[in-house]
Amino acid sequence: MERSLQGDSRAYEQLLMLLTVALRAVVHNRARAAGLEAEDVVQEVLLALHLKRGTWQAGTPVAPWVAAIARNKMVDAFRRRGQRTEVSIESVVETLSSEAGDDGRNAQDVEHMLERLNDRQRQVVRAVSLEGYSAQEAAQRLRMSEGAVRVTLHRSLKALAALFRTVPNED
Amino acid sequence: MRTDELIRALAADGARPVVPIERWLTGALLAGIALSAALFLAALHARPDIAAAVYTPAFCFKVVVTLSLAATGAFLLSDAARPTPRIRWRGALLLAPVLLAAGVIFELVTVPAHNWSARLIGHNATHCLSLIPLLAIAPAACLLFALRRGAPARPALAGAMAGLVASAVGATLYALTCPDDSALFVATWYSIAIVAVTAASAYLGSRILRW
Repeated sequence: MERSLQGDSRAYEQLLMLLTVALRAVVHNRARAAGLEAEDVVQEVLLALHLKRGTWQAGTPVAPWVAAIARNKMVDAFRRRGQRTEVSIESVVETLSSEAGDDGRNAQDVEHMLERLNDRQRQVVRAVSLEGYSAQEAAQRLRMSEGAVRVTLHRSLKALAALFRTVPNED
Repeated sequence: MRTDELIRALAADGARPVVPIERWLTGALLAGIALSAALFLAALHARPDIAAAVYTPAFCFKVVVTLSLAATGAFLLSDAARPTPRIRWRGALLLAPVLLAAGVIFELVTVPAHNWSARLIGHNATHCLSLIPLLAIAPAACLLFALRRGAPARPALAGAMAGLVASAVGATLYALTCPDDSALFVATWYSIAIVAVTAASAYLGSRILRW
């Protein structure tokens, strides 16, 4: 976590992968019970963890912090579905220390929301996510400066998180 | 979008070191203090007898109370900005009220009863009630702005803390121009102004600090 926050994107990617496995374990059963697409919730939590990573206090355990953010976002997601739910911090912390699974599952919400971003934002997000370019490569390919790519990417992610909040997962 | 693709985008965005929330809050507090101090210098002035007043215990006591409220509140603010609900050392917030209560008791003991109401009413309570909130606006706005980068477990509480710190800053500046040094006056009018700003900021927090 320390290294991730210093800007080591390799370490950060590994951390997010690990957290995703744990999050799935927590989210899936509850989401199914509430009739939600679990992977959408997982992605919403990942976005929140990313954008709010500055609120983790260096030197403190990571699990309670992740659990608090996950809990907040899960409650939100379930509430949008008009269902009240109890998510105890303990259950999240417990499963955070559990085992591995596969990655790369698909979800619909982010896909829909990407369509609501502007062209430039969508191009940048696709270039670094789908096609796996680094910011530098994406900059060359889209004829933008590297700084502009970074700024656009960051704004896009914030916009996605905001869309998760305002738009209920409509089917 | 597949989750591993999303993670790739997040990791690319995480290639720069993140600014911790406590640094945002510190910057916001300093900016807010600077703005309010500028407003104070531009529109108000220290009381004429300020040079003599700083040697009187009553004036110093007043400033110590408002400063201790600002300092303890600022100390707890970063915890209120985090998603984990625990706020450590929250008892520290009692320091200023306890000090003030002691000051009031001291005043009631040492000042004859027929002078109490004159001291309580003071010279200009409406000034106090309008200038403290006015001087609190800039720090409150700066702190709320910084808190939007946080993930407060309880948005209203985080907003209230921002309002408390901001109004304590405003009260400290106002204390420099306020001619009333009585603890009775401070306990009444300063408190009303601070509670009002804190409540307004708590309401704002519940609206704009959700994440």
